[in-house]
Amino acid sequence: MENKFTVRGLNLYYGDFQALKNINIDIPEHKVTALIGPSGCGKSTFLRTLDRMQDTVEGARVEGQILFDGEDIYRRDCDVIKLRKKVGMVFQSPNPFPKSIYENIVYGPRVHGITEKKKLDEIVERTLKEVALWDETKDRLNDSALGMSGGQQQRLCIARCLAVEPEVILMDEPTSALDPVATAKIEGLMHELSKKYTIVIVTHNMQQAGRISDQTAFFLLGELLEVNPTDKIFSDPDNIKTEEYISGRFG
Amino acid sequence: MNTREKAIEKLIFICAAVSVAAVALITIFIFAQGMPAIQRVGLFRFVFGTTWSPTNGSYGILPLIAGSMAVTLGALVIGIPTGLGCAVFLSEVVTKRQAGFFRSAIELLAGIPSVVYGFFGLAIIVPLVRGLAGAVAPDAGATGLSVLSGAIILAIMILPTIVSISVNSIESVPNAYREASYALGADRRETVTKVILPAARSGIFSSIILGMGRAIGETMAVLLITGNVAVVPHSIFAPTATMTGTIAMEMSYAAPDHQQALFAIGIVLFVIIVILNGFAQVVMRRFGGAAA
Ligand SMILES: Nc1ncnc2c1ncn2[C@@H]1O[C@H](COP(=O)(O)OP(=O)(O)O)[C@@H](O)[C@H]1O
Ligand SMILES: [Mg+2]
Repeated sequence: MENKFTVRGLNLYYGDFQALKNINIDIPEHKVTALIGPSGCGKSTFLRTLDRMQDTVEGARVEGQILFDGEDIYRRDCDVIKLRKKVGMVFQSPNPFPKSIYENIVYGPRVHGITEKKKLDEIVERTLKEVALWDETKDRLNDSALGMSGGQQQRLCIARCLAVEPEVILMDEPTSALDPVATAKIEGLMHELSKKYTIVIVTHNMQQAGRISDQTAFFLLGELLEVNPTDKIFSDPDNIKTEEYISGRFG
Repeated sequence: MNTREKAIEKLIFICAAVSVAAVALITIFIFAQGMPAIQRVGLFRFVFGTTWSPTNGSYGILPLIAGSMAVTLGALVIGIPTGLGCAVFLSEVVTKRQAGFFRSAIELLAGIPSVVYGFFGLAIIVPLVRGLAGAVAPDAGATGLSVLSGAIILAIMILPTIVSISVNSIESVPNAYREASYALGADRRETVTKVILPAARSGIFSSIILGMGRAIGETMAVLLITGNVAVVPHSIFAPTATMTGTIAMEMSYAAPDHQQALFAIGIVLFVIIVILNGFAQVVMRRFGGAAA
């Protein structure tokens, strides 16, 4: 089994505040890795170091090493654009552009140089089918994406992410703004996607982590306390803190 | 408490009423003063007549409209890219603290009296334009008092309007759009041109229209540097006269008929400004809030 990411000795500072402390973790290819932990423990921060979105935050500073397919993404000559094409991201609340459904999806491919209408049409159809949104939207691709329901918007955002053909999808609590029905749809979708993509998902919801992930990482106060196969984390965790958190004693 | 609130309410109502009354009075006044001239000359001949020579009884203001349009358009051609560039630079490129410094500097421009701009134009811009015109067409003998000089000064004068309103609307674009764009592998140029500017377009449009209103209405600065020759300008180096400049210059010595014609120019200006404002409001309403 290949590791998509290998993280070694990762520290992240916001000014003087250290938000991530010596993180070491391997993220295997074609698996779902869940990041859990109480809020403020650094899950989003960690997730965003993987596609260098944290670069866009004023005052953030990173130490240590993250290898993506064996290459250090924090070395100076790393092509961030290429990295972000391969490592897509889905955000906590659905954030489609204030454009049509069609334009949302073709945004990424256009940025990466695809201009041919036929190809773009194909991408739109393929990705909307992949997120099970095609039947609902095929007759109104030119409508504004902002008119869709929250769950549809989030699926559109996943489709938009798939449109640039990433290898990894990072998801930051993708269902926290959605109702149970929409959540169930997205979870089913993740199951499908995990066959083709490597997925790293932050979740607040323990059951969700249990349902969808292969391995689970538990963060607390900026430290990574435990990484183990999800079965083990939920039945027999190594760390007493993990057990306390999972059984709902804090967080 | 209650009586005090009622008193304050009354006071505010009076203030509002006074400003509405002021607008109404001004409108009535310029129409009353100017309409006779338009009736005498005829609306068509007044607006489209090509000779402005009041002492000889010719009241065609087309050259003045053309002059105002030319300097205003020129100001927009220079001012829009510069202003938008500044706005993008301040909101997307530099840190908040640096932006604060630049913004205060730009907003300071708004506080400079326009006659000072006129002097600045006369001392700096006009000689530069004269040099440029001389290099382009040595035999034309351009003085530098020209459409181009007026346009440059007006562009500087409308910069604060364009920059501060555009910056506000760019900053009100939700950060989630930026993140979505960057996360797809877009660079800053693509993010700005394809996501941020379109999302901020209603604010940007209104900044441009307000800037345009300011440019058309500006008097002193353009009066000093456009040469005040009432002919339709045939090149950017040609002198011209604007509606506002002409009113300001000629009012003091105008005979009664002439004076009425100057008020009639005021009516035309007024109508143009009202149309612009209406247009700005339609644009804002049409595109909804700054970011939607
Ligand atoms: N841009 C920022 N500047 C300063 N501190 C931040 C910033 N973003 C997050 N933090 C801090 O870093 C810590 C981790 O935040 P985050 O990664 O969002 O946690 P989580 O996603 O686990 O809730 C928190 O204490 C938070 O206050
Ligand atoms: Mg978070």
